[in-house]
Amino acid sequence: MKRLPLQKRTLALLAVVIPLFALFVYVGLRSGPLAPVTVTVDTVEVKSITPALFGIGTVEARYTYKIGPTVAGRVQRLEVQVGDRVQAGQVLGEMEPVDLDDRVRSQASAYKHAEAALREAKARQVHAQTQAQRYEQLLAVRSTSEEIVAIKRQELQIANAALSAAHEDVTRAQSDQEALVAQRSNLRLIAPVDGLVSSRDVDPGTTVVAGQTVVEVIDPKSLWLNVRFDQIRATGLAAGLPAHIVLRSRNGQALAGRVLRVEPKADAITEEMLAKVNFETQPEPLPPVGELAEVTVDLPALPTAPVISNAAIHREHDQVGVWQVRDGDLHFTPIKSGASDLAGYVQIREGLKDGDQVVVYSDKALTTHSRIDVVERMPGLAR
Amino acid sequence: MISLAGRDILHAWGKFVFTGIGLGLLIGVTLSMAGIYRGMVDDAQVMLDNTGADLWVVQQDTQGPYAESSSLYDDLYRSLLDMPGVEYAANVTYLIMQVGHDGHDVSSMVVGITAGEPGTPGQPRHLVAGRHITRSHYEAVADISSGFQLGERIRIRRNLYTVVGLSRRTVSYNGDPMVFIPLKDAQEAQFLKDNDALIQQRRRNAENPAFNRPGIPDLLAAVNASQSTNAYVNAILVKLKPGTFPEDVAEAIRRWKRLQVYTRTQMESILMDKVIDKSARQIALFLVILSIVSAAIVAFIIYTLTLGKIREIAVLKLIGTKNRTIAAMIMQQSLALGIIGFVVGKITATFWVPIFPKYVLLMPLDSVAGFFAVLLICALASVIAIRMALKVDPAEAIGG
Repeated sequence: MKRLPLQKRTLALLAVVIPLFALFVYVGLRSGPLAPVTVTVDTVEVKSITPALFGIGTVEARYTYKIGPTVAGRVQRLEVQVGDRVQAGQVLGEMEPVDLDDRVRSQASAYKHAEAALREAKARQVHAQTQAQRYEQLLAVRSTSEEIVAIKRQELQIANAALSAAHEDVTRAQSDQEALVAQRSNLRLIAPVDGLVSSRDVDPGTTVVAGQTVVEVIDPKSLWLNVRFDQIRATGLAAGLPAHIVLRSRNGQALAGRVLRVEPKADAITEEMLAKVNFETQPEPLPPVGELAEVTVDLPALPTAPVISNAAIHREHDQVGVWQVRDGDLHFTPIKSGASDLAGYVQIREGLKDGDQVVVYSDKALTTHSRIDVVERMPGLAR
Repeated sequence: MISLAGRDILHAWGKFVFTGIGLGLLIGVTLSMAGIYRGMVDDAQVMLDNTGADLWVVQQDTQGPYAESSSLYDDLYRSLLDMPGVEYAANVTYLIMQVGHDGHDVSSMVVGITAGEPGTPGQPRHLVAGRHITRSHYEAVADISSGFQLGERIRIRRNLYTVVGLSRRTVSYNGDPMVFIPLKDAQEAQFLKDNDALIQQRRRNAENPAFNRPGIPDLLAAVNASQSTNAYVNAILVKLKPGTFPEDVAEAIRRWKRLQVYTRTQMESILMDKVIDKSARQIALFLVILSIVSAAIVAFIIYTLTLGKIREIAVLKLIGTKNRTIAAMIMQQSLALGIIGFVVGKITATFWVPIFPKYVLLMPLDSVAGFFAVLLICALASVIAIRMALKVDPAEAIGG
């Protein structure tokens, strides 16, 4: 009877101490560096993947016309604004002619002067011709001296020469006038094609140098994308492949496109390949030139092969491979990987076969000595 | 023979156990503090481990990229690739910045990584969800401690990035989560000013007569274009061929490429001695103070416990109990208290560690050392109590 209270106390003490020690052992083994590494495993599947390439590009106009004067001068008028549609041959503006109009008028007078001189020369030549004929007849009847006839012949030759000089003078004056008129009309800034005014760089009154752009016209039908692909991820890029274009301003809306050509020159500095991608149909409204776009180019689907997620692939020392679970133990299996798609699936050319179990996610970097705890889903993730 | 200490403990076991638990919480705090120190060191180590690099090539005369800023041309890695002993070289950029997410900012270290097959130096070594980056732009792999979820869009500078993968223990040396993005995006993020600054820069150029010359209309555009590119990276991570001595290759690169090169050991000592040195010493000093305070408290507890049963000890003495038996009783009780305290401390520390915002690493060896330290402190503390107990006059048992 006397021992019972003591026993009760001992039991109570044990009831506190034993769970405490059990918890201590559990804590020591399940947390910290001694704890097993939580991993998830996945099965290698044989399936087909559709690789795709991802690049970014900017909207550009295939044809851009920079319109400006061919000689230095001052802009007199400019009749178009940015965004205006223009027709081929339409006058967009004009350079100030300075004294060109006066020179055209002066040249017109010079032309008329030359014509008058021609008329004078013609009159002289007709008179010289008549005189020469008359003296020839007089010489035939011996009523004049040979010397006078010779003089008349010479006068006729001089008159002939003066006439042809006057003719040439007229032609010269006419050509000079035409040249000035051409120069005058060259001061007009004319649209070479039907298009859209994309920039108006200067305003009337500004002095520009020869060749400087005053107005830029683009052909809106020729919009395309200049896309850059990282060379390391551009395997298989070729003309004719279908593409999806997402413009930065129209996120979530994929436009259809097609690779028009892959540039023969890559960018050596940025290590990118360049390609031109066309819209299948012109988007409405037109995207502005220079807008950023994300372009995904679809490659043909590949034949079926063992496929794993790229999260499963690791590099140990100098080998690329995966961690495999065999009989609860970890083994590092070197692999040779092939093509991959944008969803992160990688084809395995060597090292794995259908149905193999590989570690995909792990809490820590694995080693062959790691103890593992295989779970369905990594703890600590939302949902 | 019955255990005097055991009997005494059983006599008032509730008080004893609760004292032990109280002591345990104190020991738990001390262990956690050790864990915080270890975690801080581990953050630095794990950052180096995660790069997977054997050598860090940085700007000449700098201690970059972690302790100092360093910048190199991004095509230098090509000339490193043909150095003997180099298996792989990859550019990397580091940028500490606030990543916009769900209306608030997350302080992160944005790492620009070179594209390539998994396992390329710089890439996260293991994931806990999602996949590695496959697109060359606008994708991110983030550390799980950032709070980002798979498929979320996060803002870095002006661009939105989709989180495609989550990693764990990929943190910077001060515990900020890393966000891995493609190198080209990171170069842009590192360099690109905000839009207002860009416009002001263009205006400044336009107003500068040297750049905006009427006779050369295209000059301004060329100057603006040349001011908005970034061909720099912070470091080149070099992976060596197996069997190569890191110091040999490092010396060759230092000599012929005239760049600064650090091996893993050197990098570690830069981080330990320069980057986290002060905060680590701060924690270490606090740990020492906490240990001293704990030792003092244990001594006081044992002393008060003994003081509480001074009358019983006097009775024991009166009935002729040997001094050794009394000393053993006090010593045993003290050690038992220490053991309960350590167990409780270890358990509580383990359970509250995950809720710390920064990584806390409880090393098994630290725990073992802690256990023996606790026993030693308890033994020393009991000495004072034993001295007092032995000086008790047996007459007190009757006198009261």
